[in-house]
Amino acid sequence: MDYGRSERPAGAAPLPTAIKILVAGGFGVGKTTLVGAVSETRPLRTEEVLTETGVGIDDLSGVEGKSTTTVAMDFGRITISDDLVVYLFGTPGQDRFWFVWDELALGAIGAVVLADTRRLADCFPSIDYFEGRGTPFVVAVNCFEGARNYRLDEVQAALDLDPGVPVVLCDARERESAKEVLVTLLEHAMKLREARRRAAED
Amino acid sequence: MTGGRESAADEWVDDHAGPVVRPYAVTGGRARPVTGTFDLISLVTATRADTGAESGLGPEHLAIVALCQRIQSVAEIAAHLDLPVGTVRVLLGDLVARSLVEVREPRATSAGLPDESVFEAVINGLRAL
Repeated sequence: MDYGRSERPAGAAPLPTAIKILVAGGFGVGKTTLVGAVSETRPLRTEEVLTETGVGIDDLSGVEGKSTTTVAMDFGRITISDDLVVYLFGTPGQDRFWFVWDELALGAIGAVVLADTRRLADCFPSIDYFEGRGTPFVVAVNCFEGARNYRLDEVQAALDLDPGVPVVLCDARERESAKEVLVTLLEHAMKLREARRRAAED
Repeated sequence: MTGGRESAADEWVDDHAGPVVRPYAVTGGRARPVTGTFDLISLVTATRADTGAESGLGPEHLAIVALCQRIQSVAEIAAHLDLPVGTVRVLLGDLVARSLVEVREPRATSAGLPDESVFEAVINGLRAL
C-alpha cells in the first residue's frame, strides 16, 4: 500500500488526521522514556516561551524578577497510515504549568498517567487533572528495579481511582510494553465514548 | 521527487542549527500570528517547492517551507528549527496569508471524542508496529 507518499507533490492530497495522546506523571517517572519507546523518531523537544501574558495564570512567586519562563515538552510521533498520525506528548511536570496542560489536553483523546510506586503521590495532580477534565486516562505503573511490587488493586485503592480506570504494569523502556499501555488506553477511551453516547441518548 | 530538495530540507533539520537571534527578532516583535490558531498537532504542508520571488520573508520562513515539503506538525516544525512554538505560529501565519503553506487543524474534539473508526485504526496500527 506504500506508494511513496512522502514524495507526493506538496499540497496534492488531503492532509492526514492527527491525534494527540498525553503522557503525564511526576518528574523522573519515565514519561520521555515511554514516548521514545514507541515513537518512530527519537523524542523531539518543543518549547513554549511565556511572557507577561502568562503571568496572571503562572505562579511566579519567588521569581518575580523573571519576565519569561520556558516550558519544554518532549513528544514523539507514530504514523498509523497515510491518513492518521498519532502524537504523544509528555506533559511538563511542574504544577505551575497547568495552562500548558490545558492547551495540550484540548483535543487529546486520552492520557497515560505514569506512576512510580516509590513516589505514588507524584501522580495525584495528574489524576486529579484528568478526572476534572473528563479526559480518559489509564494508570501505568512503571516497574523500576528496586521498587517493591504491589498488586494492581493495591495501587488502585491507594490512588482512590474509579473502579473503571485501568491500572496496568509496564516497563516504559520496552516498546511492546509501551504499545500495550497505549492499546489499553484507546480501548478504555473507546468504552467511555460509547458509555457517554448512551448516556446522552437516555 | 527531486533529490536536491530533499537534501535541502535535511540541512534545516540539523540538530545543531540553533537560532542565532532571539525569537522576537525572528517575528519582528510580533507575538501573535496574522491568521490562524495553530494547535501543536496542526499539520502543515508547503504548497510550493520553494517561496520563489516572495518578498518580505525571512530565512526562518524559508526554512519552514523547505521543512514542510514533507508534512509536519507545528510541534515538529518548532523542534526542528529550535524555535519556540509561539514564534513558529507567527511565522506560519505569514505563510498561510501568502498561501505558501496549507494547514489542517486537528478535529475539534473538545466536545467529544473522534469516531470509533479512528480508535480502531489506531489500535490496529499500534498492534502492527
